[in-house]
Amino acid sequence: MSESDATPPAGEADDTDAPEPADRSAAHVDTLLAPPLSGDDFLSANPDGEVAGLVAETSEGRQEMFRRGTTDPGQLRREVGAVLRLPEGVVVDPSNIDVEQSDDDTMIINMGPQHPSTHGVLRLMFELDGETVLRTKPVIGYLHTGMEKTAEELTYVQGSTNVTRMDYLSPLHNELVLSLAVEELLGIELPPRAEWIRMLLTELNRVSSHLMWMATNGMDLGSTSMMIYGFREREMVLAFFEKTTGLRMNHNFIRPGGTAADLPDGWEDDVTVICDTVLPRTDEYDELLTGQPLFRQRTESIGRLSAEEALALSLTGPILRSTGVPWDLRRSMPYLRYDEVDFDVIVGTYGDNFDRYSVRLNEIRESIRIIRQVVEKMPAGDYRVQDKKVTPPPRARIDESMEALIHHFKVFTEGFKVPEGEVYTAIESPRGELGCYLVSDGGSKPYRMHIRGPSFVNLQGMPLMMRGGLLADAVAVCSSIDPVMGEVDR
Amino acid sequence: MTSAVEPITAPVGGSISGGGRSRTPGRSVQEIVFPTREQYFEVVRTYRDDGFEMCADLCGVDYLTHLGRTLPDGVPHDRFEVVVNLLSLSAARRVRVRVPIPESDPTVASIFDLYPGTEAMEREAFDLLGIVFLGHPDLTRILLPEDWEGHPLRKDYGVGRVPVQFKDAPGPR
Repeated sequence: MSESDATPPAGEADDTDAPEPADRSAAHVDTLLAPPLSGDDFLSANPDGEVAGLVAETSEGRQEMFRRGTTDPGQLRREVGAVLRLPEGVVVDPSNIDVEQSDDDTMIINMGPQHPSTHGVLRLMFELDGETVLRTKPVIGYLHTGMEKTAEELTYVQGSTNVTRMDYLSPLHNELVLSLAVEELLGIELPPRAEWIRMLLTELNRVSSHLMWMATNGMDLGSTSMMIYGFREREMVLAFFEKTTGLRMNHNFIRPGGTAADLPDGWEDDVTVICDTVLPRTDEYDELLTGQPLFRQRTESIGRLSAEEALALSLTGPILRSTGVPWDLRRSMPYLRYDEVDFDVIVGTYGDNFDRYSVRLNEIRESIRIIRQVVEKMPAGDYRVQDKKVTPPPRARIDESMEALIHHFKVFTEGFKVPEGEVYTAIESPRGELGCYLVSDGGSKPYRMHIRGPSFVNLQGMPLMMRGGLLADAVAVCSSIDPVMGEVDR
Repeated sequence: MTSAVEPITAPVGGSISGGGRSRTPGRSVQEIVFPTREQYFEVVRTYRDDGFEMCADLCGVDYLTHLGRTLPDGVPHDRFEVVVNLLSLSAARRVRVRVPIPESDPTVASIFDLYPGTEAMEREAFDLLGIVFLGHPDLTRILLPEDWEGHPLRKDYGVGRVPVQFKDAPGPR
């Protein structure tokens, strides 16, 4: 009795909300990873059969044009992908291609590379139907300076000066990943204090980077106060960096073999002040943004992404975590001493802009939690490895010892030799997995250094996030990816 | 892998950190696979089916001036190599696939159909090293201008060929 009573409503519910989120994402991934369609599939869907080729003179040279219905799938795939980008499987899904619709209904417009909302020199090509974004293609390379090539001309000692300029919002992470790779090849073990100092600085850097993101994201969404607040708090962190490393950005402080110097006197007080100030202020941001109806309307369910899509597109960092995948290299593949501190990996649920916002906001809090533990646990000892081949002697020794002078000279002119081999190291930067693939031929310069920039890879998620959204939301989506163009173009 | 010969798996002169605690020297278990070009796609597919959900990184290396690098027996000392870092999130494990590619025919299958996230990475390898990925949907330059000549990360690409133009420098020849 009770069963028969219970079943009809359940069945009804199934019928009414047929496109259930889980199902939809699964279906989406099927199309994402679907094998290329055969010609028959496409022709049967569009039995037009009309062969028409015309050549048009465009501003970009001669271009052959076909009617959509007559284009074979391979070409369609190429054309659609080449002009504007979506994961090809989605595009080629015949139900997604409206052959009836002529190209005249859509418009292609450019945004950038000078647009202020693109956070640098990112150029976006949109295909718009009215105000709806259909396809997007990020065009990059405007900031390409050949840093990977430059790295082959610099010694390992000079290398950190080069990489620190890649992701200029979290320079210390760049230095860290290169140093870890070099140390792995050298096979040296660092003194504990060096590792804790590195953790302290990179976590502070994560705070400053996320604060910068909060600031610019607030500005993109029209909350200029957030911009002022974000920069204000970031300034505190940068002031501490200046005191410690001598520079506000591009520190060149974390070097193969340890760090360039010890922490300044009274660093505990400075760091505690930063923690005590930033933590309550995150609650102010909460009040300012999180509960704000306007802010929520501009972020909730905008730029949604499923976990499967994020994984297929190799997205990492807050973007991947916002889809509900608890993947954080600090936790899953710990480096430095992250296995000795207590922190939570923040995950979202829906993978939309709002989740990415809350993941980052809460990561600031988690980082502060880590920083407090680092302050407590900081051991005494040396801040760099005492290996004369790798680290230069202290300045005072140079005046009294000829050998020290020679060592100093050799380290900074020739550098040190690194055994032949290759290594891939990865750390969790504020933007995701920052990897360094380093090949050594036994000399004092890297044979090849490749940096896996999280922003570079994360940009691939943009077309999918923007699809079907409004043009006004494109700025919000772009901002929520948090691309740093210095790292994208390298 | 169907009928293909098993790819050569060997830990050689390198390691993957991030898989273990990087402070222990000697360290993390490394897994490096050397498939041939023909095996490459199937090997990657096998790994994907084995639970390597993500292709973390793909890049190329030009070994022109370091052809004698240490390799396990049976792996040709070809000029180029495509290096793919696969990541299994469920097992917290990485595997590195290194495919030797001869200079005479720098082509290799694209793994775009397995991991759509390699789209930009393969374009980057094509752009900077001139390795052609067959089956890539849009193999165009990504970082350099479209009319750029040459592939800068190749070892025989001239560095500093353009003289710095000071006031009294000789003009262009």
